[in-house]
Amino acid sequence: MITTRVRHLTQRIAKVLVWTAALSTIGVMILILFQVLREGIPVLSSHFLLDSPESMGRSGGILPTIVGTFALTAVALFFAAPLGVGTAIYLKEYTRESRISRVIRFGTDCLAGVPSIIFGLFGFVFFVIYLNLGWSILSGGLTLAAMILPTIISTAEEAVKAIPISYREVSYSLGGTKWQTVTRVILPSAFPGIFTGIILSVGRSIGETAAVILTAGSSLLMPTSLFSPVRTMSVHFYILAREGISMEMAYGTGAALIILVLLVNTIAQWLINRYIRQRT
Amino acid sequence: MELKEKIIGKSLLLIALSSVMILGLITFFIFEQGIPLISKVGPLNFILGERWVPSKGEFGIFPMIVSSFWVTAGALALGIPLGLACTIFLAEWSPPSFAMVLRPAIHLLAAIPSVIYGFWGLVILVPLVRDRLGGPGLSILSGSLILGFMTLPTIISISEDSLKALPPTYKQGALALGATHWQTIWRVLIPAARSGIVASIILGMGRAVGETMAMIMILGNAVQMPSSFLDSARTLTTNIGIEMGYASGDHRQALFATGIVLFLIIMGLNSLAIFLSRRRMGS
Repeated sequence: MITTRVRHLTQRIAKVLVWTAALSTIGVMILILFQVLREGIPVLSSHFLLDSPESMGRSGGILPTIVGTFALTAVALFFAAPLGVGTAIYLKEYTRESRISRVIRFGTDCLAGVPSIIFGLFGFVFFVIYLNLGWSILSGGLTLAAMILPTIISTAEEAVKAIPISYREVSYSLGGTKWQTVTRVILPSAFPGIFTGIILSVGRSIGETAAVILTAGSSLLMPTSLFSPVRTMSVHFYILAREGISMEMAYGTGAALIILVLLVNTIAQWLINRYIRQRT
Repeated sequence: MELKEKIIGKSLLLIALSSVMILGLITFFIFEQGIPLISKVGPLNFILGERWVPSKGEFGIFPMIVSSFWVTAGALALGIPLGLACTIFLAEWSPPSFAMVLRPAIHLLAAIPSVIYGFWGLVILVPLVRDRLGGPGLSILSGSLILGFMTLPTIISISEDSLKALPPTYKQGALALGATHWQTIWRVLIPAARSGIVASIILGMGRAVGETMAMIMILGNAVQMPSSFLDSARTLTTNIGIEMGYASGDHRQALFATGIVLFLIIMGLNSLAIFLSRRRMGS
């Protein structure tokens, strides 16, 4: 009898601890977001979002950094999306489990774990110096492309894998070639899943700092071409806060950054939920 | 038609090899930049040297290796219990409506940029540690707390997957034998999902070792052998992040050499995690 009581007491204690852990995790996250948003939202104004910074960011707005963030993300997607989707198609449609597919998978898994500062070092010697692209949108975007490639590959692979085998059989029985099957059947049905992966990568590109600061530079001027150096919102936020240039501007930039990431993430989450509902 | 299909197949193979090629390029360029300095200073002097004075040509990164280890250990001390608790909660105990909130929240935790964590640590946590516990506040303790939080999404999502992959008969069997729900979780489900959980912890460790920007903002960046969790510290990543902006010549090469050490540690951890999760799928 005593052991039964002890067992149930243990269970009750465990339950309390687990609930506390889950609630405090959410609590701390809300605390972090709330703190930055509370101080930052009052700073946000059309003037702040649409003007250029003055005196190193002490006053003025953050428009060039917003443009820089979007330009870098666009370049990254332009390169990483076709490569990532192509890899997924190859792994799922053009080859069985083989030595080559294992090598590719191992490479992708390892790439996913490489820290962003290493990507930064690599992008700096390879794109900035060796390919002589300088600190630019192109160098930064290409470095980000290498970083987000594993995410795009794995989400696209999941999406392609989820397509029922009967879709392919119907296409082949109608005389479709492999390529026709891929472009007319596989890609359209896998699109929502692929798109979700792309949105998640956008989130990662927006928040990245270490790799970007070493490859895209930290110029506050409005970029004029792919070869212009830029400063993204994350880098701007980091410099403002670390060098103590202006706490007010740092909070404003931080709030804008959080709102952007929340927005992107909510869209991705909404897509995932809709996608799951469609499939069931 | 045949020919066209063949060309498409080959081009897709080439595309599919891009991630392997990128990994190869990264390895090549980091080593190409860093190796000359390591051989100049001597590998042992570089790794075990305790003095880092670039202006005098002294490059020893031992304090940074030790600091990286302390910060990571501290992060795991918070991340493992909290991560496991959240996993158990999500997989077994949470009312479905609450899991609907918690799961996206954990995805969001992964999406918050690391500079935001660093900033929050700097303005809230650092003063708190300084006032309550003493020391400079910019410390291993503050860094570990933030980093522990940042490893949660990795630990939770992978270990939840491995708990969910268990056959339902495990749980049914344990409950049928009269075990309480908690005994079932702690004695049956967790041990059965062990290799996946360990893999998630190792990946979380990789995340902690590799984090840069948040740590630059919180750790205080002093090059010294840590003697307490309240000391400031400089890790391998922050050493690169801080000095890369202005370094040149030998100094820059020494930062790439720091990158080599970091890269090797991460690759070791990654391979271990991949090996463990393969074994899980195999069994």
